[in-house]
Amino acid sequence: MAKVTIDGVEVEVADGTTILNAARQIGGDLVPPAMCYYSTLKDSGGKCRVCLVKVTAGSAKDPRPMPKLVASCRTPVMDGMVVQNITSPEVLEARKGVVEFLLLNHPLDCPVCDQAGECDLQNLAYEHGAAKTRYEEDRRTFEKIDIGDKIKLHMTRCILCYRCTYVADQLTPERVHGVLGRGDHSEISTYIAKAVDNDYSGNMIDVCPVGALTDKTFRFKSRVWFTNPMDAHRDCPKCSGKVVLWMKGEEVLRVSARKDQYGEVKEYICNECRYDHKNVKDWTVEGPRHIDRHSVIAQGHYERADLITLKKEIERQIEFEKGKPLPEPNPSLTA
Amino acid sequence: MGKKLLTANINIPGIETFDVYRKNGGYASVEKALKTMTPDEVTEEVKKSGLRGRGGAGFPAGMKWSFLDRKSEKPRYLVCNADESEPGTFKDRYLMEKIPHLLIEGMITGSYALGARTSYIYIRGEYMYIVRILEKAIEEAYAAGFLGQNILGTPYSLDLYVHPGAGAYICGEETALLESLEGKRGNPRLKPPFPAVAGLYAAPTVVNNVETIAAVVPIVNGGGDEYAKIGIGKSTGTKLISASGHINKPGIYEIDLGLPVEEFIYSDEYCGGIWKGRKMKAVVAGGSSVPILPADLILKTAKGEQRLMTYESLADGGFVSGTMLGSGGFIVYDETACIVRNLWTFARFYHHESCGQCSPCREGTGWMEKVLHRIEHGHGHMSDIDLLVDVAKKIEGNTICPLGDAAAWPVASAIRHFREEFEYHVKYPEKVSNPKHFEIEPFRSEKKLEAVGA
Repeated sequence: MAKVTIDGVEVEVADGTTILNAARQIGGDLVPPAMCYYSTLKDSGGKCRVCLVKVTAGSAKDPRPMPKLVASCRTPVMDGMVVQNITSPEVLEARKGVVEFLLLNHPLDCPVCDQAGECDLQNLAYEHGAAKTRYEEDRRTFEKIDIGDKIKLHMTRCILCYRCTYVADQLTPERVHGVLGRGDHSEISTYIAKAVDNDYSGNMIDVCPVGALTDKTFRFKSRVWFTNPMDAHRDCPKCSGKVVLWMKGEEVLRVSARKDQYGEVKEYICNECRYDHKNVKDWTVEGPRHIDRHSVIAQGHYERADLITLKKEIERQIEFEKGKPLPEPNPSLTA
Repeated sequence: MGKKLLTANINIPGIETFDVYRKNGGYASVEKALKTMTPDEVTEEVKKSGLRGRGGAGFPAGMKWSFLDRKSEKPRYLVCNADESEPGTFKDRYLMEKIPHLLIEGMITGSYALGARTSYIYIRGEYMYIVRILEKAIEEAYAAGFLGQNILGTPYSLDLYVHPGAGAYICGEETALLESLEGKRGNPRLKPPFPAVAGLYAAPTVVNNVETIAAVVPIVNGGGDEYAKIGIGKSTGTKLISASGHINKPGIYEIDLGLPVEEFIYSDEYCGGIWKGRKMKAVVAGGSSVPILPADLILKTAKGEQRLMTYESLADGGFVSGTMLGSGGFIVYDETACIVRNLWTFARFYHHESCGQCSPCREGTGWMEKVLHRIEHGHGHMSDIDLLVDVAKKIEGNTICPLGDAAAWPVASAIRHFREEFEYHVKYPEKVSNPKHFEIEPFRSEKKLEAVGA
């Protein structure tokens, strides 16, 4: 076990845990954002640089600070490590820079993008980005490509997080897609335009933080915030069968895997569940999916806050301001 | 005139063949090391010599060798980084082309010290003709019993391979090189773990530059202490400098570290002064990625001391008034050179060569190139200059590998030292419309004053 202090909050985590996961155990505002790291995909992370943090003391044995900001998603904690995230102006400045870089070649076509409303980049930019761009030049553009008959690749929107290539590598039996080219002109591609054709390819859509990979069966059907997300399950021989049905009335517009509070899928689903069962009768509906109240998807879905949890949350905030260690956060009330 | 250690025999006719090389004292270090020394003793000699990595970073080679995880049960590898792609640097090519056996001898001695049974020379794809030279030399060494099973009758065996890359600059970064050598896309790895612990095929690996490995030969032959006598302080031995640009005698020079920069540029033995009788404007001292320095700061430090060709002296003043020795790509600019155009060329290179893995470098290098293109072609704004500084600052230190830093440092330093020239480009777009604008009318300090309206 290693004791690590993040923004003044101490937490004890198992050896080998990354700084980001240690911060997630604390929860709340001090969790660094992550655009490329995905806890269920091996080797992901370290690329987007939005999770950079400052390590002011390396460990109890060697308390020297680390010379550069480090990617918290790939740096393991050491016993006695002291980390600054939102308490370090240097980190916030660097993060602002990275968000600007990510938006540089992003088309900002949110009004016509299916991902709008559930886009990690939108959320990140809203929180850390500048209101105006300093970039005057043309943005890079690509032609839209069909990856198989169910997935549309809109490379112009891609931020090259590599998550989908890890899905192709780790979830699907044979790797048929990767990155071609170099630098800002590199692109996600199926090698020589070969279609991704296997039972788990649809998960690439769920891991994509932006609207680069979208579900062709859902494209332009509806804005996500006009749909009703419902938790549902079915007996599936291939996968867990635990999904979210995005419904409009009785109609199932889209089926996706369930994402946790950090936008990560823990249980991947197969293409049969995703595409072939768009009838509500095929599913056992568990009830409405909890949507974070800060999310735009929660628009119109007012939830009555339980008075007891609300009271606990207020107490928690007061404790935090006093500088005391935080008790377990309430997932329904934190962003 | 300093003593030549690497290039002493380079002009002997036929030195690229095994027989001539052997007759001129070649492979003595292999005999000495394998027959009379233990691997640790060889490492100790390299440590004593104070040899520093010649690829650019200047990390002590002996220390790098001692970091190698010797307890691991996995095989160990020595990999030679011959992916010399830094603009302005062409020293490794000279060594490998002219005297290939020197590198092979260094590889054998080095591999023995590290306990490697298989070693690789990773060479850039553009050097395809050198691959053939090296392969021929390796064949000769196998035939003579210096490679293969039981070298010289000792229990030590070694196989050596040459692997050509596909011509990406990023594959000169050691972890990207290892990825490429493994047959993958040449993206740099996240560190730690460092290659000394998990390098090639996740086994302990040392990656050294061609010149570093070649320098092991004179160190083992003459002893580490003897080698350390050359040079000043922590900069020991000799260094190959690739001199290019507006000088009378461009070429490769083996210098003793500690030579005054002024002597190197102006003496007839080395660069022979600035061509066409012009004045020197600026110098990039160690390959395109190190900060550019104006003429006055390259000859003397900010404190007024004479600047020497050493790691420490060139770095004196930090990045405010200093630079780096880097890989020894010494580029000299005369007064007709346009710093903005030169910087745009560098920025274009880094934009083209960025691997695209991490966002600051992928997006930032392209942004800087576009802004510089605009300024150079007379479409810039005054705010662009500060924008460039800010973008460079946001790339520097925030990337996975040093390519981001290498792209940011030249921009930051050029603006720091030549800001007036950028302002001139913005203020007088009609004067810079000709690409050779400063050849017609050099930009001098009086003009500086006029341009900023003083």
